Amino acid sequence: MYLFNVLKLTFDNLLLQKSRSFLTMLGIVIGVAAVISIMAVGAGAQDLLLSQVSAMGSNLIGVLPGAADEAGPPASAFGIEITTLKHEDALAIEELPYIVAVCSYIKGQGTISYFNKSKSFDYTGVTSGYTSVEDTSVEIGRFIKSEEVNGMDRVVVLGSKVKEELFGQDDPINKRIKINQVSFKVIGVMKERGVVTFQNQDEQVFVPLITAQKLLLGVDHLTFIRAKVDKPENIDLTISQVKSTVRYQHHIKDPAKDDFGVKSTAQALDILGSITQALKMFLVAVAAISLLVGGIGIMNIMFVAVNERTREIGLRKAIGARRKDILIQFLIESGIMTLIGGIIGIILGILIALVISIGVKYFGYDWRFIVTPFSVVISTTVAVSVGLIFGLWPANRASKLNPIEALRYE
Amino acid sequence: MLIKLENITKDYIDEELVTPALHGVSFDIKQGEFIAVMGSSGSGKSTLMHIIGFLDRATSGEYFFDKENISEFDDDKLAQIRNQKVGFIFQSYNLLARTSVLDNVLLPTIYTPDIDSKEAEEKARQLLDKVGLSHRINHRPNQLSGGEQQRVAIVRALINQPRLILADEPTGNLDSKSGQEVMEVLQDLNEEGHTILMVTHEKYVAECAQRIIILKDGRIISDQRVANQHAAK
Repeated sequence: MYLFNVLKLTFDNLLLQKSRSFLTMLGIVIGVAAVISIMAVGAGAQDLLLSQVSAMGSNLIGVLPGAADEAGPPASAFGIEITTLKHEDALAIEELPYIVAVCSYIKGQGTISYFNKSKSFDYTGVTSGYTSVEDTSVEIGRFIKSEEVNGMDRVVVLGSKVKEELFGQDDPINKRIKINQVSFKVIGVMKERGVVTFQNQDEQVFVPLITAQKLLLGVDHLTFIRAKVDKPENIDLTISQVKSTVRYQHHIKDPAKDDFGVKSTAQALDILGSITQALKMFLVAVAAISLLVGGIGIMNIMFVAVNERTREIGLRKAIGARRKDILIQFLIESGIMTLIGGIIGIILGILIALVISIGVKYFGYDWRFIVTPFSVVISTTVAVSVGLIFGLWPANRASKLNPIEALRYE
Repeated sequence: MLIKLENITKDYIDEELVTPALHGVSFDIKQGEFIAVMGSSGSGKSTLMHIIGFLDRATSGEYFFDKENISEFDDDKLAQIRNQKVGFIFQSYNLLARTSVLDNVLLPTIYTPDIDSKEAEEKARQLLDKVGLSHRINHRPNQLSGGEQQRVAIVRALINQPRLILADEPTGNLDSKSGQEVMEVLQDLNEEGHTILMVTHEKYVAECAQRIIILKDGRIISDQRVANQHAAK
């Protein structure tokens, strides 16, 4: 009876002042929506980053030129060209016991043309190990053979998008295209793969490594090497073996003077994971500030309500309300406002997260829509506690009013 | 003897400035009496009523209500006494503007523990019927005339069957006809056995009571029975 009456009174009050109640709740709505949508965006971004790396294939080891400490990104990630890594290093790595496949990479950009069509694409010089290292295969035709790598053959395998743009529905096999004015024979088309490690794999072409180095770029170094290990248990051992092999190749005696870095995908995932986790927490902290501001809004409006209803409080005390009764009445009022605001905020936040995920998917990224129950629970809990905590001060003030003075209040 | 006041004093202390409001007031109220308290403003009559109504505590002196010394009660206990033993009627009615007549009448029962809400509502309807407001039960106070609002307030004061009804200038905001109606209700209640203490400065209204106490500067200067009690009817 008592609780029901208080609830009814609260709803009556809120309904009578719809626009004011709505504006008060708005702070909480925005705060909760921000926390939920930002947590969802953070989780989606993290998932995207990690899936980008893990889509390279499992059990992979990467060798990058330039010294790299365990925790940080390699120098090449900042666009610095380091020329210490050579194809001979890859050949030496291939001899190691647990290595299943190795691929050397050299990346370049060029104008690719077929008859009157011409467009700028990335090309990658690779060795025959590419398909098994990256867990991919050709859609039609075949991939580059090792004889073609060593023989500096002018053959090319197209990414599916490149094929579509240059050939449309026509069969490209055995047709000739030009990369930077050098003629290449098309021998295959890759399966569609989408965006992996932030590069659209379908928008590039693959040529034999040596051909790319000598004929197109005029260099003899590599961009990086990737090697596939047979079992996850052997990765750590293989990393140290790869390190000593490359050190031997580069005549380095002191490991501190390494001019290369070796990392497994698992390590890269760890690093990315911790970076994105920190970013996520930072974003949530920013969103939480708006919740705080919302709470101050509630406090403000509750003070106004206490002032406006001073006579009512006086009357209630005169006819037998205890301090506790007044306190509870005002706390329930601010609690209900934040709860309703919180529920609207949850719905809004989920909608925002959904719209973002649809938007990002539109740009070709495999963005997952992730709203965790945790984010809903935490933001609701925070919102309601904000309402109760910030409602406590005005409610306490109301409960302490002297009934005689309150009844005289105009 | 319902109420016994012995040498009640009240000082208001505001930043070390002591303002005495009552200087040793003593009198008794018997069960079933209808008393009017008169006095000019500043005479201490409101202070006296607040002390009798448990809204304020005396600075010194003894106050016995139903033979209990109330200076020993804590604030929550006083709130319970206000709720169950006293009914207040105010000059400005103090009804909740956005709440129906019925809910206004039932307001004190919210704070009454272990009350049968069905029974309370039935009682509220009976009492509203008795003061001629049964057709107004679902209206809001602002749809009622002043006299009707004060009658709602009287019913609210009666809902918990109090031992004492306190009326602070009950006719102060009303025209003479509505005031007369309200006094008629109060006299009827007194005839049924209710004890009423009323503060007023209108002589005619005061003479509707059986006994008039006049205060001046915090002291009782006169305490007499009314020779010719007016019948409000």
